[in-house]
Amino acid sequence: MVIRTLRAAPLSRRALLSSLAAAGAASIFRPRTASAQGVAILTRPIPSTGERLPLVGLGSWITFNVGDDPAARDSRAEVMRAFFHDGGRLIDSSPMYGSSQEVIGYGWNRVGRPSQLFSAGKVWISSGAHGPGQIEESRRLWGVPRFDLLQVHNLMSWEEHLPTLFAMKKAGRLRYVGITTSEGRRHDEIEKVMRSQPIDFVQVTYNVLDREVEDRILPLARERKIAVICNRPFQQGALIRMVERHPVPSFAREIDCTNWAQVLLKFIVSHAAVNCAIPATSRVDHVRQNVGASFGRLPDEPMRRRIVAHVQAL
Amino acid sequence: MSEWWTYTIADIKSFSLETWYRLFELYNRAIWPAQIAALMAGLAMGSGLHLPHRGPGRHTWRSRVIAAILAACWIWVAIVFHAHRYATLTWSARYYAWGFGIEAALLGWVGVVRGRLLLDRAGDAVARAGWWLFLFALFVHPIAGLLFGRTWRQAEVFGVAPDPTAVATLGLILTAAGRVRWELLAVPLLWCGISAATLLSMRAPDAWIPLAATVVAVLLATWKTLARRRGRARRRDNTG
Repeated sequence: MVIRTLRAAPLSRRALLSSLAAAGAASIFRPRTASAQGVAILTRPIPSTGERLPLVGLGSWITFNVGDDPAARDSRAEVMRAFFHDGGRLIDSSPMYGSSQEVIGYGWNRVGRPSQLFSAGKVWISSGAHGPGQIEESRRLWGVPRFDLLQVHNLMSWEEHLPTLFAMKKAGRLRYVGITTSEGRRHDEIEKVMRSQPIDFVQVTYNVLDREVEDRILPLARERKIAVICNRPFQQGALIRMVERHPVPSFAREIDCTNWAQVLLKFIVSHAAVNCAIPATSRVDHVRQNVGASFGRLPDEPMRRRIVAHVQAL
Repeated sequence: MSEWWTYTIADIKSFSLETWYRLFELYNRAIWPAQIAALMAGLAMGSGLHLPHRGPGRHTWRSRVIAAILAACWIWVAIVFHAHRYATLTWSARYYAWGFGIEAALLGWVGVVRGRLLLDRAGDAVARAGWWLFLFALFVHPIAGLLFGRTWRQAEVFGVAPDPTAVATLGLILTAAGRVRWELLAVPLLWCGISAATLLSMRAPDAWIPLAATVVAVLLATWKTLARRRGRARRRDNTG
């Protein structure tokens, strides 16, 4: 896999050096690659294999559903170009997201089909018998030879889909299997699947204000060695709109953040059980800010509590 | 859907407001000059209703023509807008296309084949309000969006776009003489509700249009239904 020269968030040389030191000190992280400036993207291993993934991925809900609008498709391709350029890998989508899969396929082709793509698709259909057909259609739309990860979207008919996904994985037609939910729904069932099925990934909603998963899901993921993807990091934009009415807190510098998006993302990915947050955006400057949260120092536990207290007080 | 109570209107959002407006821009460009033809059809329908009718036979014939034009508009929106254009953004558009097709079939059956839709803009107060609703959909709706951030290229035009077509239909059906034709109001009301929810989920400033049309049409139709029931009861009392 090749990661191009990395473009980090704007950081001072001193901050960069201390960031690298912090990243090196944390045993869970190691520099994935280094650019000419020596900036490393922070990664965390997928527990089931040890393969490392950058801490920030790219969601596609709403933002990549632009239909056949040629200008919007080109603009999303540029978002993908910036994402890959800055070291991003995981892109998440679903058949539920309208034209998003097709637009991702268009963008991936347009930017030269970089091999670093970690394709995280979903199966979302009530009939288990129709699952393979939907998966094949999704694969065709993405234009990938096979998915890296397939997740049962919102646990829809998971009893029927998971055997299909496990069979695909066994046959080498899929690398990882997962399940998803959002907005804190069906956590009891999520736990049941995590305890009973050999899944590699679980995707849940987690952000500085929605922290229900800290109680049971995230500890269980560590215990069962399941990788965690966090959706809705900005509460569909509501959280970022709320905090951006206020100045970025001064303590953001201590964790190498220059904007609110990075503070919010670093809060999420600094949880030891979390592998990746997947903010969605339609803007190149925003994707650069987001991926920037994969660089530099991460908040420790006191700093995490400080971020929560600060945001709650706004 | 489990835990349905946890879903909010924001959860139905599946594309951005910018994408929605661009959808109409690209659609309008693709179908040009069908908008002109649709507006001419709307004007013809309005003129047909505006002119005084001479005798019941002429009245029925004119209403049949208006119903036929309206049904053609619903078929157009079902196929050209929902099935071909809107379906690129949401899987639910194929169901909307069926809904619009059903409304076209109902208009064809009730209004054209059976001739049960006697439109009269100068009838009772509900009919006069329906006439104004129709005029709003025809003339005001396309330009209302301009006040809320759309460009004229993104305008929604009666006959080719779903919202003004549904609102105009609500108005026209309310001008019908006799009982309220709820069977013809159902699909446009449902669509206006879906459209309002979709626009509200995107915080669109023009979400009030389908929402207000739904509320006004339901109030008028309910009021007329109740008034007719009271009238029938009074007549029964008098004859008894």
